[in-house]
Amino acid sequence: MLIFEQSQTGRRNPGQAPHHKVDCSDIPAQFLRSDRPLLPEVSEMQAVRHYTRLSQKNFSIDTHFYPLGSCTMKYNPRACNSLAMLPEFLARHPAAPDDTGQGLLACMYELQEMLKDVTGMRAVSMAPMAGAQGEFAGVAMIRAYHNSRNDHARTEILVPDAAHGTNPATAVMCGYKVREIPTNDQGDVDLDALRSAVGPQTAGIMLTNPSTLGVFERRIMEIARIVHQAGGLLYYDGANLNAILGKVKPGDMGFDVIHMNLHKTFSTPHGGGGPGAGPVGVNERLIPFLPVPMVARDNGGYRWLTEQDCPQTMGRLAASNGNVGILLRAYIYARLLGRDGMHRVAEFATLNANYLMAQLRKNGFDLAYPQRRATHEFIVTLKRQARALGITAMDFAKRLLDYGFHAPTTYFPLLVPECLLIEPTETETKEELDAFIVAMLKILAEAQTDATLLKGAPHKLPVRRLDDVRAARELDLVWRPAAG
Amino acid sequence: MPFIPHTQADIAAMLAAIGASSIEELFDEIPAELRKGSLAKIPPGATEMEISQLMAQRATQDGRYQCYIGAGAYDHHIPAAVWQIATRGEFYSAYTPYQAEASQGTLQLLYEYQTMMASLTGMDVSNASLYEGGSALAEAVLMAVRANRQSKSKRILMPRTVHPNYRKVVATIVRNQNIEIIDVDFDPQGGHVTIDALDRLKGDDVAAVVIPQPNFFGVLENVDVLTDWAHANNALVIGLINPLAAALLKPPGQWGANGADIACGDGQPLGIPLSSGGPWFGFIACKQEHVRQMPGRIVGRTVDLDGKPGYTLTLQAREQHIRRSKATSNICTNQGLLVTAATIHMALLGPDGLERVARACHANTVTLADKLAALNGVAKRFDRPCFHETVLQFDQPVAGLLNGLRKQRILGGYDLGRDYPELGNALLVCATETKTATDIDAFVAATGALLTHG
Repeated sequence: MLIFEQSQTGRRNPGQAPHHKVDCSDIPAQFLRSDRPLLPEVSEMQAVRHYTRLSQKNFSIDTHFYPLGSCTMKYNPRACNSLAMLPEFLARHPAAPDDTGQGLLACMYELQEMLKDVTGMRAVSMAPMAGAQGEFAGVAMIRAYHNSRNDHARTEILVPDAAHGTNPATAVMCGYKVREIPTNDQGDVDLDALRSAVGPQTAGIMLTNPSTLGVFERRIMEIARIVHQAGGLLYYDGANLNAILGKVKPGDMGFDVIHMNLHKTFSTPHGGGGPGAGPVGVNERLIPFLPVPMVARDNGGYRWLTEQDCPQTMGRLAASNGNVGILLRAYIYARLLGRDGMHRVAEFATLNANYLMAQLRKNGFDLAYPQRRATHEFIVTLKRQARALGITAMDFAKRLLDYGFHAPTTYFPLLVPECLLIEPTETETKEELDAFIVAMLKILAEAQTDATLLKGAPHKLPVRRLDDVRAARELDLVWRPAAG
Repeated sequence: MPFIPHTQADIAAMLAAIGASSIEELFDEIPAELRKGSLAKIPPGATEMEISQLMAQRATQDGRYQCYIGAGAYDHHIPAAVWQIATRGEFYSAYTPYQAEASQGTLQLLYEYQTMMASLTGMDVSNASLYEGGSALAEAVLMAVRANRQSKSKRILMPRTVHPNYRKVVATIVRNQNIEIIDVDFDPQGGHVTIDALDRLKGDDVAAVVIPQPNFFGVLENVDVLTDWAHANNALVIGLINPLAAALLKPPGQWGANGADIACGDGQPLGIPLSSGGPWFGFIACKQEHVRQMPGRIVGRTVDLDGKPGYTLTLQAREQHIRRSKATSNICTNQGLLVTAATIHMALLGPDGLERVARACHANTVTLADKLAALNGVAKRFDRPCFHETVLQFDQPVAGLLNGLRKQRILGGYDLGRDYPELGNALLVCATETKTATDIDAFVAATGALLTHG
């Protein structure tokens, strides 16, 4: 039942609003609202019960193994939330003078410095509010750099065909044409294709490493050489930074500009689809173009740097200071882990992924890249089962929900047919991974004996399989009360 | 090892299953020259107790202030239930609802949110949120350029009464797409955009006009005539509003003869803490005819195999993970957690509660402005009606006054000198419903004393 269907005209929560409906007759009637917005009129308990019950219809990291590939669904430490929500932090106005927020700014500055160190970049701005905004900032900086050299012939961004959809979408938002580079059968970028694609029109390349195929791009140094020799810059999509945290730094691989997804690698909440935080890091030559605001330390104090301090900045991405509360959570997480803890992130994420991959392979699943190591994630392809048994990766994913596991990422990357992209993360126990393997095998057995069980899945959730086609065809995006 | 559960026995068993002799061996595809991730600048790990002490100390160091700054971010009461429920693990630690059947909680909540926002703005449909207000306005501009098929230009009229930082964000985001942003000046007496100012730009093909209500100065724009002017000139109307104001003021969907085409803004006043600037959330709503040009996630109601109602992400053919380089936007995540809080907030306050809060904010600001304007050397800057925020003119620079107030733990307002030098010594003030009569009197008395004695 929707909250609106529990609503009764005239029901209100007097304790949550001012006692009186004070007079505002100085505002002329022409500016005033004449109708009442359709908002619920429910008691506080009704609202609390309704949204608590809704929450119980979700799978989440706190309740379920959530091996959603490319999303790094690891444990979000509770302390990161409670400490970032200390009342003084929450109450602070974004336009409050810097000298009233030195405690907060110290956290911001230290996080900025730590992010420089873990990525091997020369400077970091934490202004972008999500990975896609970090990408935008990164590519806009590449453009600002070429423009600053009056190099206006560079109109193309190269993007491997395995890339996240945000990469080509971002390049277009920055006014670039996108040229796709194919991947070879080992999961690496096709170097011959790259060599023939680069030229004076190349502004840069956007790469994820490890790639979305769950493998490390082994010839990254060669790629960097080819692109740099053509005068282009290298952009690092940090979506998979968890796979190399504390092991390899993007700066050492030759990248000029990177973004990080703090909601992945630094465990800030995914929140049902955000907020994210997408700090960007750059090498020497892109420093002038970083987005504002950033944090500086001078004369013994901290302050926000703005357009006045950074005249060549690519600009401002938010009216205020970005997702500060999320950055605080990332700061606390980084301090809890410390140097040793950070070194172990990639190690145990990789151990879990390779263990899961080895066990699934032994038990009859096909891997997309069987000859390769898994990074922090890997791909199972159900192409053979799809052909033989008439089931799809989606059927498999939906049946996993019945067994109490969130499904891996399905149908991404697009290059691998009937794929499951599986990322267990470092915070899962061996027992949980073993239970997941058991469920995968049970479903495989069901697919052979009773495929309808998969086709009709899920069976045990609040709803059965939903009709997405109808949702798009007969759009119902807002509730309207029945007539009369 | 914080948050890593492996015992030595686990590690040994797992490596044996893999057929590797060490964890290090799992990285053997990475060129050896790259495997040197020393982390010299990262301090050793801290326990939760240690980090709790550090954060408490830093929070205490910053302390709390009486805040009379508005300027796009407003200090409101937030019911305790809002964040207690929003931070339940089932909401907090879930992701974008790709597996709809396992995400009905988030999806139904988003559908309820879309319904509330569509109604609050007076529009037909809403998306499931954007990052924040400035980037929401930028997305609205891009959307209007796509949606306005009568206009061949990519020209946008942007009043200077729009928040200066919003204008900067729009410039940053649309810069590389050949979109031309034309500033519209404001009337020096009223602090609003006049039809004369728009008429001076008439004749050029314009894709959209941005109309803020209230504007950055708190001044109420003549939204009806501005909307009709835009439509008469084949331009779409983007209404930029404070969603709390919409509980009291005429919503964009009812402006002029036909209503605004797109409404957007920042949702921070709906249960989101100030938190130094974020995370907040942006909202965008529009007329039904433009829904396919909308950026970001959208939730639709549908049915399952048994015909039972359920919710799912829809119109995904607009989005980057399907359309790649042809997507309406590169947006992937939105601000789900903030929308969760805002939806609970709106449910707890209801239409009556939100309207009471809006009225109390406005009345407090009027009281504050009247009392400040009664001081020697202070006057109201504009003669037009305002909502919940207003500009005062001083006979001396406001920086000194603000410094003096700060020492008494009062943040006295937003100095307009940097963004609007032509306004002289002008201060933007806002007193929300959180300020008592005693607070306001103390602020006025402190201001009076500082103005007299310096």
